[in-house]
Amino acid sequence: MDYSIKIGGEAGQGIQTIGDTLAMVFSKSGYHVFTHQDYDSRIRGGHNYYQIRFSEKPVMSPRTEINILVALDMESIRQHEKELSEYGQIIYDSASLKEKHEKPYFLDVPFTALATEHGGSKIMANTVATGAVLGMLGIELEILLGIIKNTFSRKGEDVISANINSAMAGHDFAIKNCVKCNLAVTGPSKEKLLLINGTDAIALGAISAGCKFYAAYPMTPSTDILNFMATRSKEYGIVVEQAEDEIAAINMAIGASFAGTRAMTSSSGGGFALMVEGLSLAGMTETPVVIGFGQRPGPATGLPTRTEQADLQFVLYSAHGEFPRVVFAPGTPEQAFYLTNKAFDLAEKYQVPAFVIFDTYLADTAWTFKEFDSKKIVYKDYRLRGDAFKGLPEYKRHSYTDNGVSPLGVPGEARHVVVTDSDEHDEEGHIAEDAETRTKMVDKRLSKKLPLIRQDITPPLLYGSKNPDFIITGWGSTYGVMKESVDRLSGSRNIAMLHFSEIYPFPSTDKFDYLEILNNAKLTICVEINATGQFARLIRAETGYEFKNAINRFDGRPFTLEGLSGEIDALIGRL
Amino acid sequence: MPSLEDYKGKTPAWCPGCGNFGILKTFKDTMVELGFEPHQFAIVSGIGQAGKFPHYLKCNTFNGLHGRTLPVATGIRLANHEMPVIAVAGDGDCYGEGGNHLIHAMRRNISIKLFVHDNQIYALTKGQASPTSAEGTITKIQPSGVFSEQLNPMAMAVALDCSFAARGFAGDPEHLKTLIKAAMEHKGFSLVDILQPCVTFNKINTYEWYRQRVYHIGPEYNPEDRAEAFRKALEWGDRIPIGIIYRNNRPTLEERIPEIKDVPLVRQPFDISQIEASIREFY
Repeated sequence: MDYSIKIGGEAGQGIQTIGDTLAMVFSKSGYHVFTHQDYDSRIRGGHNYYQIRFSEKPVMSPRTEINILVALDMESIRQHEKELSEYGQIIYDSASLKEKHEKPYFLDVPFTALATEHGGSKIMANTVATGAVLGMLGIELEILLGIIKNTFSRKGEDVISANINSAMAGHDFAIKNCVKCNLAVTGPSKEKLLLINGTDAIALGAISAGCKFYAAYPMTPSTDILNFMATRSKEYGIVVEQAEDEIAAINMAIGASFAGTRAMTSSSGGGFALMVEGLSLAGMTETPVVIGFGQRPGPATGLPTRTEQADLQFVLYSAHGEFPRVVFAPGTPEQAFYLTNKAFDLAEKYQVPAFVIFDTYLADTAWTFKEFDSKKIVYKDYRLRGDAFKGLPEYKRHSYTDNGVSPLGVPGEARHVVVTDSDEHDEEGHIAEDAETRTKMVDKRLSKKLPLIRQDITPPLLYGSKNPDFIITGWGSTYGVMKESVDRLSGSRNIAMLHFSEIYPFPSTDKFDYLEILNNAKLTICVEINATGQFARLIRAETGYEFKNAINRFDGRPFTLEGLSGEIDALIGRL
Repeated sequence: MPSLEDYKGKTPAWCPGCGNFGILKTFKDTMVELGFEPHQFAIVSGIGQAGKFPHYLKCNTFNGLHGRTLPVATGIRLANHEMPVIAVAGDGDCYGEGGNHLIHAMRRNISIKLFVHDNQIYALTKGQASPTSAEGTITKIQPSGVFSEQLNPMAMAVALDCSFAARGFAGDPEHLKTLIKAAMEHKGFSLVDILQPCVTFNKINTYEWYRQRVYHIGPEYNPEDRAEAFRKALEWGDRIPIGIIYRNNRPTLEERIPEIKDVPLVRQPFDISQIEASIREFY
């Protein structure tokens, strides 16, 4: 069983609530879930959808084919009717849509009438729809009713019972009337699964890394990190400040870090463009800072709510001057959790800026996982505090050391002063303009640290065949769709995926000679959601390896499983 | 008790006769009188001649980017609100490049002490107009004179309900000391705009020019009357008032953030075992 449910409608109709609720019901039932969304940059109107895929086996990419379409507007039918699978069904409310469909795969469910009759208000129509979908699938209501009780616990018994009655009415109606439905589910896995999206996972990773200060200016798709941090600020003692602009956001984070707390900011391309001078400041002053970077299609405002992977080169080369940085691009919410933690660790260990880059697609997709293991979290305080700091006979913030890392003192904790400067500076941190100091400082800050950081970088993941003839390579959020494409094609092809999530410093081949594997393959393809093949360019610049084949998409939409595996198969077929 | 010797810093690279020398000496004197040890507070500065200020004494120092003193100072102060945080900037740095941050720092009322070295000119870049240059000032870049109206930092501060706004004069160190002290002791964001002659690039607003015009605001003046303060802030020309223009007792940002009510952020422990509960919420 591998079902996809699409809920389509206008912005403001509540499709996200239906989608989130259904995803939660499936995951709490023990099914593996993958959700993704597509929406316009508007508060009301337009056409949006929310798609949920669920199965008893792990799922991690969007399908083109759907099994149930919940159409809350006519546009949903126009756009998505053609995506329906063989036994698929469209459910809609002919009274609300003011059109009646007679084709056998349409099920007319009077969402509004049932809501008014059983819930006392037409606003319960979405609850009716949610109940109806579960009815079509033959899933009992117990878990949904639990979610309803939980969600509306503050609104009182009346609201809870109205929603419960509405859910039951939709459920009963579907069971009685969906006579042509052939959508029965198979039993779920017995595992307890957690369901989480990319931005929540990044925020959770930050909190688990001891992030105490978060400053940001809202911008899609990074805003949900800000939201999550704010909702947990009391629980974890985190100061969350909405900055007046992104320039302020990164400078505040740098200030908080200088003062001795772990700090983070996030934005998207346009907002990060404003942060670039601050990034250089973090580089020069060797102040640890973590930057979440949510890519969306540019240039300029671009497609504000769609997805792209076109800012890799921007993140790698932004900011004036030369200094080390760490760049991670998690492929899944799980990787986002652990890599955000690692970004904090490396940022402080080496006193450099560290990036967690994602995109709208990863931000908005929710996946199920068995666990996020807090024992795998690294938390080590590298700062010089308290007695350790007080006991030093002398202290120089930027002292020359064998490995280039100078002790990071917390101002105010000892009689030593902590001095740093955006100008080139001497060991104490005071302005210096002489050639000798400059040479030694670049050596300390950059040349010594970079190879050390590289040793902490995990090599790319090879999935599938160990001696593949065909390799698809990618980075960041394409992990799931590439992996499932390999699964789909590996019956007939000797194929593997090579996925990079720790991008910079570019992984060496010492621990795993991925270049040998690439060189031995008959056909290698670099898969990216951008027009120019930014990662292919990076690997060529760093290793000399040149991809001869590429699959690029840059329409603002993610790859689907059918779409990507079809393109790969076609490329291999042409050999 | 600290002494002036404790505050000995690098040799200033300012022009001989620069108004900054007066500010530097007055500031050190004030900090010694207030009993601050150099490691007990932090100065954030930007770029321009004022930006070099913290190097010429001894203290925790973050000499950051042009225009960005206030955001860095805000971050430091939110991380450790038991440490006095001072921002030093020039008129170009603070009123030009960093204008947006100034507006919002006043709104937040974060307890940062901002000392603006206001010489009404860009000196480090050799003589262009600044936001506080008088209309009509002729420079290499503005050969027909400055067309924009001169920014009035005091009027802006009163309009934004800045919790402490004062104007001092680098050539009147005893008076300036009272302002620095008052700012340091004030609870909330404090702006002290310090008229500071640039002996190299500003041939109009000289020591003499200021001396003929500045007068001390008398004890009869009530700086807590906002309407009166606005009238006072508009005085500029033949007579320029120096002293505390406006003051109020708005709560500070630090006081209002519940997460740091008891302990400064930097001293709050992190307990990794807490995270389990948050992970469980996703099941």
